[in-house]
Amino acid sequence: MLYREAGQFKASYKEDQQIFPIRQDRIAIALILAFFYLVVPYFASQYWLQGIMIPVLIFSLAAIGLNILTGYAGQLSLGSAAFMAVGAFAAYNFVLRIPGMPILVAFILAGLCAAAVGMVFGLPSLRIKGFYLAVATLAAQFFIVWALTKFPWFSNNSSSGVITAQKVEILGYAFETPEAKYLLTLAVVTVLALLAKNMVRSSIGRSWMAIRDMDVAAEVIGIRPMHTKLMAFAVSSFYCGVAGALYAYTYLGTVEPEGFNLDLSFKILFMVIIGGVGSIMGSFLGAAFIVLLPIFLNVAMHALGGWVPQGISSNLELIVFGGLIIFFLIVEPHGLARLWQIGKEKLRLWPFPH
Amino acid sequence: MKMKKSALIGFSVAAALGASAVQAADQYIGLPSYRVGPYAAGGTGIFGGMIDYFQLVNARDGGINGVKLTWEECETEYNNARGVECYERMKKNGPTGNTVFHPLSTGITYSVIDKATADKIPVISLGYGRTDASDGRVFPYIFPMLTNYWSQNTAKIKFIGMKEGGMDKLKGKKIVNIYHDSAYGKETIPVLDAQAKMYGFTVKHIPVAHPGNEQQSQWLQVRQEKPDWVILRGWGVMNPTALKAAAKIGFPREKIVGVWWSGAEEDTIPAGAAAKGYISAGFNVAGTNYPVIKDIQKHVVAKGKTNMEDKSRIGSVYYNRGVVHGIITVEAIRKAQEKYGKGKSITGEQMRWGIENLSIDAAMLKKLGAEGFMPALKMSCLNHEGSGLVKFQQWDGKQWKVITDWIESDQKLVRGMIEESAAKYAKEKGITPRDCSKES
Repeated sequence: MLYREAGQFKASYKEDQQIFPIRQDRIAIALILAFFYLVVPYFASQYWLQGIMIPVLIFSLAAIGLNILTGYAGQLSLGSAAFMAVGAFAAYNFVLRIPGMPILVAFILAGLCAAAVGMVFGLPSLRIKGFYLAVATLAAQFFIVWALTKFPWFSNNSSSGVITAQKVEILGYAFETPEAKYLLTLAVVTVLALLAKNMVRSSIGRSWMAIRDMDVAAEVIGIRPMHTKLMAFAVSSFYCGVAGALYAYTYLGTVEPEGFNLDLSFKILFMVIIGGVGSIMGSFLGAAFIVLLPIFLNVAMHALGGWVPQGISSNLELIVFGGLIIFFLIVEPHGLARLWQIGKEKLRLWPFPH
Repeated sequence: MKMKKSALIGFSVAAALGASAVQAADQYIGLPSYRVGPYAAGGTGIFGGMIDYFQLVNARDGGINGVKLTWEECETEYNNARGVECYERMKKNGPTGNTVFHPLSTGITYSVIDKATADKIPVISLGYGRTDASDGRVFPYIFPMLTNYWSQNTAKIKFIGMKEGGMDKLKGKKIVNIYHDSAYGKETIPVLDAQAKMYGFTVKHIPVAHPGNEQQSQWLQVRQEKPDWVILRGWGVMNPTALKAAAKIGFPREKIVGVWWSGAEEDTIPAGAAAKGYISAGFNVAGTNYPVIKDIQKHVVAKGKTNMEDKSRIGSVYYNRGVVHGIITVEAIRKAQEKYGKGKSITGEQMRWGIENLSIDAAMLKKLGAEGFMPALKMSCLNHEGSGLVKFQQWDGKQWKVITDWIESDQKLVRGMIEESAAKYAKEKGITPRDCSKES
């Protein structure tokens, strides 16, 4: 009843092409943004901001990056964490070596560095597909982490190979409190997410999907595979790179190359699969699911009190977590985003379904 | 509806947690433990030992001057992001917030340095973590206590020198450093190079990729190099694999010296007979023949309250290391209470003072029942390491046998390198080092 687009007429192409064509969606998005920008920073505790909101936002960004590559362009990748590492180390080196480097410019340059590296490792995608490509990107994962450990220049000759993010300052304002860091992360993620949403509707996004669905047919209708695939790798790595820079600057503060290991790549892949392959919204849902569920289980186990020994409850957490992932994949193989879509369709008919 | 229900459960869980306020005059310690994953052997042993010691203090002495210790565990899976989440979750709990944070992971230690300094919660990284944090002027809240990696490494070279019959005999010798290719493994390369120059031996660094269950090529290299000694800087599954590979090429295990993360029962038993004769460093020893362990057995284990699921691990290297963690935590709280009021809960900031002014001498060790169990230590604003003493132990095929007394490390060399590295960090981060002469 509430969610119905009857009576909303589009009188111009511009109206027809906007990101959210339904008025209720626009209102909902505005309300959600207002909630996260205005309400959350005032009412959320430090723990919620630092321990939960910031990592969820950062991983959402990384998941959007992988989703562009895997979900939209159909190229399976296991190197997302390595591209995050490139972003983190690149941002560190830009700020360190160029005096007066504005932090946001450093983030963008870090993203571009990751994009360049991503394109190099995307070259094999022109010849190999599917699982074989996954193996090729696996090489990126191991090579990048190895290179960052091997060459001390990347970490400014730190004896242990870790980097510590410098102070974040924009126009003289220091982002030190959790609220400020949260708002900075949120702003970057909002801009990039809207950009991604637009990109996947544009001609470049449609050519990605054409390549994904059938690359021979796409080539026949005039889409250049090399250009399109490398573009997907570049954009995807850019997103991962910016996420990595945020991971270092607004979340952990100090990062080591080992932290960006294969486990993290798999985690990002799971976010995409659970959230919904080929959906920007799904990236947020997947990231929230993968980051929050273990924490929720941990808190819930604690609430059960002392009768579960810690050793057993830690193992139970993993078992329940794995079980829930399998459950969700069986119930809805297309991910949480698909559940949301079904919900939306039902809502349109409510309260009089036929 | 399903969503709503789970959300409701979530809220009630959160509410229950918020409501379970701890009574006043408790001392809360948040423990970021890990009981699953590849390093669970270390996590269960060390946190088990620490918790058992806390239980002992509560049961035997009724707490610290009447202040009972309370603790809460948070599973990190040895993962940095989870560790930060645990840190944030527990930092405000208890009457005075988290007293002290024991990350028990070099990665998590790095991740909380900035946060803990801002929140004024001391971080103790006992025998791991950031080496240059030993300079307390730059790192006021970080305590890489007892012996850091660089100190330990100089003690190792000293031990090798002793075995060779004097430090001057090291000239012309060849040492191979087999290390875990990570931040942790790389940490000792500069100090080894500096020492090689000092004593005139040659050193070759051979990395082993994580996790290290494949080392054939590395040990082939060892066979070609024919070194006099091998230093094993391993971690987890890498250790037994290295010992087995050494046995295969016939390299004498008596000439392999491991770091303390390569020197637990969990590292040698899987290697079977290949481990016999292998030597490792340690800042604590194994065994139950110490009054403090006997007390734990009497007051905690006999009452069925031990945290260990496998009681045979009581007295193992990891368990005893956990007891050392417990002793240091409890004594630092006691010290802080002396200044800020006996019988009161102390804050993180007060705890920092307690750790910084902590001094455990031989007489006190005896009183604690830990003579020979752990080294004496004396902390200061300048020196956040406090000891630098190392014992060496040898695996006899069944258990670890201590073969040396406490060996002193080369503080002159290490301290210079630490101050240089800390000064570089301070410059990079724009930190003005504290003036230690003004600290009370």
